[in-house]
Amino acid sequence: MNERDLTATVNGVQRSARVEARLTLADVLRDCWRLTGTHLGCEHGVCGACTVMVDGLAVRSCLMLAIQADGCEVTTIEGIGPESGGLSLVQRMFQQEHGLQCGFCTPGLVISVAALLADNPSPTDEEILDGLSGNLCRCTGYQGIIHAVRAAAAAIAGEPG
Amino acid sequence: MSDASAGRYIGQSVRRFEDPRLLTGHGTYIDDVAVPGMLHAAFVRSSFAHGRIRRVDSTEAAAVDGVVAVLFAADLAANYQPTWSSIIGRAAVSAQPLRPLADQDVRFAGDPVAIVVARSRHIAEDGAELVEVDIEPLPPVLDVTAAGNDRLNLVHPEVGTNVAGKLAADPDPELDEIFAAAPHVITETIRQHRYIAVPMEGRGLIASWEPHVPQLTIWSATQAPHEVRSWCARMLDLPEHRVRVLMGDVGGGFGQKMFTTREEMAVVIASYQLGRPVKWIEDRSENLLAAGHAREEHATASMAVDHDGRILGARVTHTANVGSYSIPPAGNGAGVGVKNLFPGPYKIPRLSFESEALYTNTCGRTPYRGPWMFETVLREQMVDIVARALGKDPLELRRINVVRSADLPYTSATGLVYERISPAESLEQAAELIGYEDFRREQAAAREKERYLGIGFGLYVEPSQTGGSMASEGAILRIDPGGTVTLIMGTASHGQSTETTMAQIVAEHLGCPIEDIVFIQGDTALTPWGPGTGGSRTAIIAAGAAQEVAVQMRVKVLNIAAHLLEASPHDLEISDGVISVKGDPAIALSLRDIAEAAYLSPGTLAPGTEPGLLTQARSLAPPLTLSNACHACTVEVDVRTGRVRVLRYAVSEDCGRMINPMVVEGQIAGGVVQGLGGVLYEHMIYDDDGNPLTTTFLDYLLPTAAEVPEIEYGHLTTPANTPGGFKGMGEGGAIGSPAAVVNAIADALACLGVRITDQPLGPEQIVAALEAAGV
Repeated sequence: MNERDLTATVNGVQRSARVEARLTLADVLRDCWRLTGTHLGCEHGVCGACTVMVDGLAVRSCLMLAIQADGCEVTTIEGIGPESGGLSLVQRMFQQEHGLQCGFCTPGLVISVAALLADNPSPTDEEILDGLSGNLCRCTGYQGIIHAVRAAAAAIAGEPG
Repeated sequence: MSDASAGRYIGQSVRRFEDPRLLTGHGTYIDDVAVPGMLHAAFVRSSFAHGRIRRVDSTEAAAVDGVVAVLFAADLAANYQPTWSSIIGRAAVSAQPLRPLADQDVRFAGDPVAIVVARSRHIAEDGAELVEVDIEPLPPVLDVTAAGNDRLNLVHPEVGTNVAGKLAADPDPELDEIFAAAPHVITETIRQHRYIAVPMEGRGLIASWEPHVPQLTIWSATQAPHEVRSWCARMLDLPEHRVRVLMGDVGGGFGQKMFTTREEMAVVIASYQLGRPVKWIEDRSENLLAAGHAREEHATASMAVDHDGRILGARVTHTANVGSYSIPPAGNGAGVGVKNLFPGPYKIPRLSFESEALYTNTCGRTPYRGPWMFETVLREQMVDIVARALGKDPLELRRINVVRSADLPYTSATGLVYERISPAESLEQAAELIGYEDFRREQAAAREKERYLGIGFGLYVEPSQTGGSMASEGAILRIDPGGTVTLIMGTASHGQSTETTMAQIVAEHLGCPIEDIVFIQGDTALTPWGPGTGGSRTAIIAAGAAQEVAVQMRVKVLNIAAHLLEASPHDLEISDGVISVKGDPAIALSLRDIAEAAYLSPGTLAPGTEPGLLTQARSLAPPLTLSNACHACTVEVDVRTGRVRVLRYAVSEDCGRMINPMVVEGQIAGGVVQGLGGVLYEHMIYDDDGNPLTTTFLDYLLPTAAEVPEIEYGHLTTPANTPGGFKGMGEGGAIGSPAAVVNAIADALACLGVRITDQPLGPEQIVAALEAAGV
């Protein structure tokens, strides 16, 4: 079996594992490190449920081999909230606007929206739809999700400084 | 947002208790569960639609390091017996084949032939690739119009026919006279294509047989844990209480997870044989290939109409393609709901309806959000076609025929007694929301510029499923010594927000802070039996049980408080968990005080008072509860590319008194977009040999945020005859939207002489329809 050593900073904590080269980042996050908030909805890079941040960019962890993340900083849904606990602004707005029902696609969407707003804190509606178009949701009809992004952007705009 | 009948909690858009764990990645879905010593399963599947299995060989697969077992049908045969689901009943055991693995022949491409059990999922898949299955292809049954008369090629040879179910139309001379005398008879054939539920999480389970306990524990991504237990207990001939089914968070179901399926049976039997926990997590391709399909049906309808556009009678011949291993109510009974609901919100005095459900060598049909919804697709398209034929406005034709409040109670042509519905009002509200008259002017102006805009309605009534085993729900309510409240129910919420809505009901009726309630479901060892979450039942039946246990508990609490406060229970009130004398808030006890007395000092209770604080109830549904809604949608069709853009979408919904308006609108939105997806993007395609062509998300296209309109809502709140006045509405969005979208597209193109009757309506089909009309 072709195994390699992998070390990455995951949600601020350095983690190591010896992994089969064929494992994806999602496999290792879920099965080795038990960070099961990253969900697998298609395993072929379309649904976006497995989206995580790698060195500040939103990536699909089902399409990235784990060993490609060696030396990287990875943020999963478990690490996207404030260090003090509780919910991030994006997470709070998802709750307020009913942006989730079954919750399976939600971790990937929260990461994608966080990445979108980090890049563009005041997106137009078109930019919001574009930013969301890589994540599939089957429950909400996207209504609450779109409202959550607008509400989060409005809150960012309203914040001093 | 709230309505006039809103209470402190009921009628409020209370934020969901489900959300904090789901938003932070701390939900527990089936693939998040790990059991010590757990093995992993993968399936070997048929690549042919139909064929004889000549030879199987597992030698190479079994030799892979880490492969524990490779099991074929013959290996499982000794360890299970035919089983049945509670909703169908014991009598249906032999009515429809349901074998865990293919045995001697394969009946659709994707038919599971072997289960490989290994130390890891990766090894199980490695093993599965090495299993040799030699299949001699046979001609597949694919043409649903010829399947019924085919005596040579049978999907299920032991059934002896490809007819899975049949509804015959009785001779109706009166209807014949109506048709003979009618000034207009309009006939059309309407087709709906195969599209499917596609929950974001596929099927999955862990089965663990522990012979020395003895207990079979099943962790399942299901909509119906108690049904999983009954099904598996019957299958393995185990006493029901030796089977425990646990359900955590479930990533959507939409009907597909309502019944136990073949692969799940195979996993359970494998664990039973091996005495080890076995996990199976379906991947996306398997889900699209084999988890169960829906919606493929067509019908020819004739409507007899008078000069004013009044519908005098209708005849329908309906055909459903139910694939191979269909789930009985959605399979052999595919025509039943279509028939019963076909008259829908209109006064159609007389109906003749015949139907055939046919087996084909394709994936079997399962329930999908409003499994009977073709009645609305068919009827609403027919109403527009009739209007066009008579040169009448489709809104006006609906106004002429709709059941009005003054008509209630109204008995439909199929014998349903309508009460407490408001279809005429919802039609008007939807027309107003969408701005019907303004749109007609906009449409006319656009046509001058060769832009093609259209408007469509989908008007319907939506029943809650309350037949047989679906009729009741139970609840248990406990206040423990600390004064906190635990609500235990037999529901299986998997996105419906039941954890929040049931707590709203209990908090309202008990008078406690909603935060003090913990909701427990999904453990058959603890919870009262329930038939599962589906069929738009929760708000009418589960809510009744939640209300009843809360009302009973309130009485208990007040009686104990009255004794402790030396007051009459009638002089007491409960608010926010504090019991006080009306008009004298200083004389008060907390729920915790009452609970401590009830458990820790039962000697302080009045003589004869039962110690502790526990109530339970089982609620029975009324015979028929209907909600109603009207969808209105406007589209623009690009006649060069065939692209359809949905411009606006409005829904007027009457689901009675709302428990949580935010949740109601969320349910509507989700259903609407599933229907939009179905008409415009989603299509499960088989080629001429029965090979599925759409088994990834690159081929089976779900709508994304970029394709959906902003949905506008109007609410009517005609109370139901249920304890809380609530009605079911979870399926409606997916029932009403396809008709509204198809009608809007047909309306946009009618001026060009284009006839639209069939779905899907992707660019390819629109361009073909334009070409057929010579545009």
